[in-house]
Amino acid sequence: MNPSDQAPELAVVEIHGLTRASFIARGALATGAVLGASAVAPFVTNAFAASGASDVEILNFALTLEYLETNFYKHKARAVGLSGEAKKLAATISEHEQLHVDALTKAITAAGGTPVKAPKFSFGVTDQAGFLKLAYVLENVGVGAYNGAGPSLTNPQYLVAAGSIVQVEARHAAAIALLVNESPTPSGGFDKPLTKAEVLAKAGPLIVK
Amino acid sequence: MNGPSTADPDGPASGAVHELVRDDVARKRFLKMAGKSIGGAAAASALGTFIAACGSSSSSSSKSPAAASTGSSSTGNGAGGDLAIVNYALTLEYLEAEFYDKVLSSGLFSGSIVSTLKEFRSQEHGHVKALAAVATSLGTPAAKPTGKFPLHSAKQVAQLAATVENLGAAAYLGQAGNIKSKEILAAALAIHTVEARHAAVLNTVTGLTPTPNGAFGSPMSMAEVLKAIKPFVA
Repeated sequence: MNPSDQAPELAVVEIHGLTRASFIARGALATGAVLGASAVAPFVTNAFAASGASDVEILNFALTLEYLETNFYKHKARAVGLSGEAKKLAATISEHEQLHVDALTKAITAAGGTPVKAPKFSFGVTDQAGFLKLAYVLENVGVGAYNGAGPSLTNPQYLVAAGSIVQVEARHAAAIALLVNESPTPSGGFDKPLTKAEVLAKAGPLIVK
Repeated sequence: MNGPSTADPDGPASGAVHELVRDDVARKRFLKMAGKSIGGAAAASALGTFIAACGSSSSSSSKSPAAASTGSSSTGNGAGGDLAIVNYALTLEYLEAEFYDKVLSSGLFSGSIVSTLKEFRSQEHGHVKALAAVATSLGTPAAKPTGKFPLHSAKQVAQLAATVENLGAAAYLGQAGNIKSKEILAAALAIHTVEARHAAVLNTVTGLTPTPNGAFGSPMSMAEVLKAIKPFVA
């Protein structure tokens, strides 16, 4: 079920131009399994069917997540007040996320699309420990989101661009993991691609408008 | 699983690693040493065969993104091209798995970093297994190469590990735009980010930034990567 059915505020996260009906109608990715690919079966995601979301829609989905991270690392970090390694890392990550926003905005515009506007967010963390814990969740969700959506991109240039971004999100995730004594590889040897619904379930509640 | 914390060296070896010296001179000296060809040419090795099969060392392709340095030469359409890419990845993973095997047998490390290295070792072996299965489903899988890795001190080895992992991440990114099968692409993406995680951990452990290329990972072409790993192939 589309999470947007349950929480109206999540409607803003819907990919620009992608209607709710078409999203629900979309079936599971036809694996076809030319390979009988049992080795790779765990990695095939239902997120975006082969005939589904356009590249611009996918990039806008990514942009929404990058807005979330920029807001988190810039504003929430300042509000909470970080110190030491956490402060240093958050500052570095903040710069990166802003550059990701810029790059995605540029790409969407160049593709003739309209970049989504930055939503408003509410993160509900009040101290460094809570901030870092949420950072760990968000970076890992970001990795899953990009890896889940990547194969649906039709333009190889966007795929490489998305790949270059997700690589850094994974690095962020691992660096944060070290600070909070969590696993730098929470999915083990293969990062789990997330469906759009799974991403929205984690990130959606943080979006308030 | 607990990763290593820069604040808590558990033993003399991990302490030495953690007390990283961000010494550019020492690092360059190390990289120069690692880059020297010790021993015979790679030509006779499985890797040499692979390099030859990979085709041109042209560093640009129509698929490379405008901003980034290189895509990789595509070696063919459909399954043929994908098999070459999978075998390339498999070769790299064989080397990484063997590297970690040897690192752990070296006894150079102790403390919390050991469990991290064991975790990474296990994951690289998992990559080998998955990629070998995919390669087999497409055709002939690459033969396992024999690696050779200088293992002198905890610090040097940790730096070498960081180098290897960063290389692995760049290698996968360099192929992302070339893989035809969506399923294989999904698998490659799932592995790519894990290599990036490994790299970030090892970078941090050795006192480097977890993001040496800044906000965007840098892809490397197949030719560039194979050249870089040549010193580590017997």
